[in-house]
Amino acid sequence: MATVTLQEIIKPENLVYKKTDLMTDKALSYCPGCGHGTAHRITMEVLEELGMEENTIGVAPVGCSVLAYEFMNIDMTQAAHGRAPAVATGIKRVWPNKIVFTYQGDGDLAAIGTAETIHACNRGEKIVIIFVNNGIYGMTGGQMAPTTLPGMKSSTSPYGREVEMMGNPLKMTELVAQLPGTYFVSRQAVHTPTAVRRAKKAIRKAFENQRDNKPGLSFVEIVSNCNSGWKMTPTDANKWMEDNMFPFYPLGDIKMDGQLLK
Amino acid sequence: MGELKLMKGNEALAEAAIRAGADAYFGYPITPQSEVIEYLMAEKPWERTGMVVLQAESEVAAINMVYGAAGAGKRVMTSSSSPGVSLKQEGLSYIAGSELPCVYANVVRGGPGLGTIQPSQADYFQSTKGGGHGDYRQIVLAPASVQEMSDFVKLGFELAFKYRIAVLILSDGVIGQMMEKVELFDPIPRMTDDEIVEKYPWATTGKKKGTARRIITSLDLDSHKMEEHNHHLQAKYKTISENEVRYELFDCDDAEYIFVAYGSSARIAQKSVQLARAKGIKAGLFRLISLYPFPGKEMAALCKKGVKGWLAVEMSAGQMVEDVMLSVKGCAKVAHYGRYGGIVHSPEEVLHAMEEKIIGE
Repeated sequence: MATVTLQEIIKPENLVYKKTDLMTDKALSYCPGCGHGTAHRITMEVLEELGMEENTIGVAPVGCSVLAYEFMNIDMTQAAHGRAPAVATGIKRVWPNKIVFTYQGDGDLAAIGTAETIHACNRGEKIVIIFVNNGIYGMTGGQMAPTTLPGMKSSTSPYGREVEMMGNPLKMTELVAQLPGTYFVSRQAVHTPTAVRRAKKAIRKAFENQRDNKPGLSFVEIVSNCNSGWKMTPTDANKWMEDNMFPFYPLGDIKMDGQLLK
Repeated sequence: MGELKLMKGNEALAEAAIRAGADAYFGYPITPQSEVIEYLMAEKPWERTGMVVLQAESEVAAINMVYGAAGAGKRVMTSSSSPGVSLKQEGLSYIAGSELPCVYANVVRGGPGLGTIQPSQADYFQSTKGGGHGDYRQIVLAPASVQEMSDFVKLGFELAFKYRIAVLILSDGVIGQMMEKVELFDPIPRMTDDEIVEKYPWATTGKKKGTARRIITSLDLDSHKMEEHNHHLQAKYKTISENEVRYELFDCDDAEYIFVAYGSSARIAQKSVQLARAKGIKAGLFRLISLYPFPGKEMAALCKKGVKGWLAVEMSAGQMVEDVMLSVKGCAKVAHYGRYGGIVHSPEEVLHAMEEKIIGE
């Protein structure tokens, strides 16, 4: 039997998977095992599959994903810390036919940007918000986030989050689901192939809502690990996330077509 | 001749935004400038020209809406008063770093803190020396009439897009609230989406396949690149300082004593000149129109023609006076006079200060 060379295998008809053209070739700045890379990829795959490349403007936050514009191969605006929903509002209001989304972490969306998040959701801005929640400030070196779990250690809660002193973690996704301006609210993860498929489905739904001019904002939370911030190996971090984060931040759709799910 | 109307300064500003072909106004109510958004909401410019008007949840959100829409190539505006403008400084620093064009107005009230709702000119430092973090400048135009509240919106958008810079219309509670006759300029049609895409290739309007993506950002983690970017910004500011100086002289030809003022203080000082001339004092007025760029060279040239003294008249404890001193560099005496904290000085007080601090010395 003749030997098949590598060159003979690499041809279009054998292609089963390729990186979307909407991701640049720049090496990701994220730690190995972090969920951001997958969340970026599925977001960009959705935009490509829906043919939205030429019509989309993304808004990057401040935090680990501040450089999202280096990796997402579309027109992007980098917003001040927490202000992405206001920046996206400005863009969408003057370009109502464009697809506009923000990509934000928990510190950005649920601490410094709480007002912008709540009001963009409450006004029913026709944008998509992708919210990556890893319960910690990764970029600045592992400080406590608004979503850090009770008892969870961080560099500013080195003995664990003490609720009486430091307050409770904020379930922003449940909160925005209560607002009449949100049309679709879902919480997903990207730590297993099944989770990635579900998360991608939710992200697709969010962008379809905007494309179809549905009345309101589509909000998708992705619960992710921060293995370096949590000081665990990636696999341990995923296990810890399943055991501790998911009970507090349960996965699944929360609001569909403007209706809260029972 | 354009349409004549009797209007408040704030209303003239709002009407001018519609006529200047603005695509959007994002604002938040604050005294003494709430008439701007009230006028716009009542006027329904979305029916007249398609212009968007939105009341934001805060001044912080409003300036970031401006940031987003300006980055997408549209003509956008906001306005506020002192405490609200302080809140906008973060966004303005990002706008400077990302080189976005926009127009905004500050109808200044007395401070510091919540201060008072009465007129003031105590935001000069904030307006001309940066305000937010980092090395940056913005063009600052100071209207002294309701007419200029209208005219400077049109001029502001021209300059903003010429240089990709924020243009501040630095007004005050007097100019914002008073009513005067104003000749409104003829409406300029809003640019079409296609025109914007063609004219502003830097704007995030959606990346065409096979073309380079556009990124609006003020970030570069490579310090060498950031230094280069800062050099570029400084070169731009130099061009602006050489080309966009604006001022007006009254009775300065033979003047020995010159009042320097802007905005409502210039109106008051103009009367002080008349009072001085009636008493035989050779007085004049140097009215600043652009506060940045500051007409320092012009002031220095005039000083050499035999000026004995300058009185900087401003409703502050003495801010603009520092730039006057830097400009005339010891060529003649310089002093400051101004009531502040919400009190407006009278022409007589201003003349008295000239007599006491400059002539009598």
